[in-house]
Amino acid sequence: MAEFIDIYLLPGLWILGKVLLIVVPLLLAVAYAIYFDRKIWAAIQLRRGPNVVGPWGLLQSFADGLKLLLKETIVPSGANKGVFIIAPVLMFVVAFVAWAVIPFDDGLVLSNLNVGVLYLFAISSLGVYGIIMSGWASNSRYAFLGAMRSAAQMVSYEVSIGFVIVTVLLCVGSLNLSDVVMAQEGLWFFIPLFPVFIIFFISALAETNRAPFDLPEAEAELVAGYQVEYSSLTFALFWLGEYTAVLLMCAMTTTLFFGGWLSPFDNFLFNWIPGMEAFNAFMPGLVWFLLKTFFFFFVFSWIKASVPRYRYDQLMRLGWKVFLPLSLVAVIVTAGVLVAFDMLPNAS
Amino acid sequence: MAEVQLKNYNLNVGPQHPATHGVLRLITELDGEIVVRIDPHIGLLHRGTEKLIEHKTYLQAVPYFDRLDYVSPINQEHAFALAVEKLLDCEVPDRGKMIRILYSEMGRISSHLMNLTTHAMDVGAMTPILWGFEEREKLMVFRERASGARMHACYIRPGGVHQDLPPELLTDIWEWTETFPEVLEDIGTMLIGNRIFKQRCVDIGVITGDEAIDWGFTGPCLRGSDIAWDLRKSQPYDGYEKMDFDVPVGKHGDCYARFIVRFEEIKQSIRMIRQCLNEMPAGPVSSMDRKIVPPPRAEMKQSMEALIQHFKLYTEGYKVPEGEVYVAIEAPKGEFGVYLVSDGSNKPYRCKIRAPGFAHLQAMDFLTKGHMLADIPAILGSIDIVFGEVDR
Repeated sequence: MAEFIDIYLLPGLWILGKVLLIVVPLLLAVAYAIYFDRKIWAAIQLRRGPNVVGPWGLLQSFADGLKLLLKETIVPSGANKGVFIIAPVLMFVVAFVAWAVIPFDDGLVLSNLNVGVLYLFAISSLGVYGIIMSGWASNSRYAFLGAMRSAAQMVSYEVSIGFVIVTVLLCVGSLNLSDVVMAQEGLWFFIPLFPVFIIFFISALAETNRAPFDLPEAEAELVAGYQVEYSSLTFALFWLGEYTAVLLMCAMTTTLFFGGWLSPFDNFLFNWIPGMEAFNAFMPGLVWFLLKTFFFFFVFSWIKASVPRYRYDQLMRLGWKVFLPLSLVAVIVTAGVLVAFDMLPNAS
Repeated sequence: MAEVQLKNYNLNVGPQHPATHGVLRLITELDGEIVVRIDPHIGLLHRGTEKLIEHKTYLQAVPYFDRLDYVSPINQEHAFALAVEKLLDCEVPDRGKMIRILYSEMGRISSHLMNLTTHAMDVGAMTPILWGFEEREKLMVFRERASGARMHACYIRPGGVHQDLPPELLTDIWEWTETFPEVLEDIGTMLIGNRIFKQRCVDIGVITGDEAIDWGFTGPCLRGSDIAWDLRKSQPYDGYEKMDFDVPVGKHGDCYARFIVRFEEIKQSIRMIRQCLNEMPAGPVSSMDRKIVPPPRAEMKQSMEALIQHFKLYTEGYKVPEGEVYVAIEAPKGEFGVYLVSDGSNKPYRCKIRAPGFAHLQAMDFLTKGHMLADIPAILGSIDIVFGEVDR
């Protein structure tokens, strides 16, 4: 019995504690990301945004969540009940489990997987199942069309994201996300890999169904796409899952291209300033990580407020005829440069 | 392998659908995402306006015209007032005419602002509509300050306009014409040069000039197809002949051309508003014929005759000589026509309304054929449908 406690129970509880330590702040962050998003959007549109619930509307997301929680879950009569309910749960879970490998700070990661990048890539592709399931199970024509679009879109952009990640990996020589960050000490990858970073960022918009690629939920033609039949808690799960996925993409951008938890002031541009070293040592890496992530979230919102939406065929064309060849070329060029100048990492 | 019968996908768009601009119902037949056939079902906002007008005196009929194209109410009143005046052979004083042009052009701006920004929203740009509505709100305040009502003004009445403008209103409108072009430019920079917006609009819903005429297109939809037909130029009414303005035309007849035409028309309207403000003559705002236009209230307190005229006008109304007339104006959406038949009584015998949106909507199937599902809202937005006037 003592053996069971030592080997299974205590480590299990320890991991559970760490999971809670990530999930609870993450849920909180998502609630405020939604608030943040609405505020940015409102500011661009000359509105005030949420400002009634709590001071400056800070409790708006919680009020919305509570409202959705208390409402009745309506299952359409023609729907496949089981799949209909599972779909949002899947979306939600998938969006959250991906955070297991994201390094928030040096060593501050739930699971320091050696194949962290692959894990992330695999999990983020799973999200599409939630959408297909919901679209099919709703037994609604709008939802079905939305799901079809979404599936095609996510699969297409996954390909270019994959190649972009390969480019980064070539420069790192490891699939471990902490290694990816450490490899950027001194020079963040967005500088040498700038075009690749642009491809990644745009693909991330498409991958998370955000504007200008929000056609699965294009309200002008499909009302709300795959989530049109959802209400109450099931809708809330979609909603949370969506924003978690967006935050995840922001965190991925930070990790892959913007030096994760590394301080932006720790380089030759700033190091001559007296006291800068002490400042860098004093600031925890987590702060930089969060600041960068929220900066990208801001850019996501900014884009959402300023651009129209692509059409389905244009989106496909962009994905397959522009991004795919470009990212392929990027892989070849990067590999070529690294080999030619003998700059391959771990070239032992 | 056995032969399989493939069936096209039917999608019922509307009547409760954010992109149908009211209560349009589109029965859509889709082959994948390609539109095979579109069948617009109308009539969900039918209120029997034309029949109701037959049972109202000429003055009581005016508010019905506000409720046709409720995005630019004053322009419709203008058409009706012109028709009645033609039958009555009544002359409107210069100041009245100028105020009519001023408010018609403001109505045009408010209609075009609504259309441009909702068109942008239909293709996914959410921000311009809120910028545009900020300015529309100011226009509504101007309308309220002149007539007392924000929307259904009932301001242009047979014989002139209802009441004179407060003097400071003219300065305020002038100040607005100085700030508004900046906002318009902002909206323009967000959309006109935007690559995504261009991809969504260029070559979508193309209609050539001849086809546009065949389908009965008028207004910006016709001018978008390179036909410079504007009733304000070709058969000017109420002093438009004195106005200095250009008629913008598009070359290609697609959604983008129609968008640009409307955008440029707003600028022309601002030009005309400024001319009106500069050249606003003094004098009465409506006809002095007390058989048509009621006397001022102050006069009624003094004069027995004025009191009787007022009583007669608001009970029986005025009698209009027998005859029939068709008057068309250049409403923001196209040719808005009123065909009036009078039997010599105080009520119109028949009032037929020609709404531009109705003609535009019937080309929906023609315009969307072969395009994708996502183009339906774009095309619908570009032909500028308002259900108040389509269903009447």
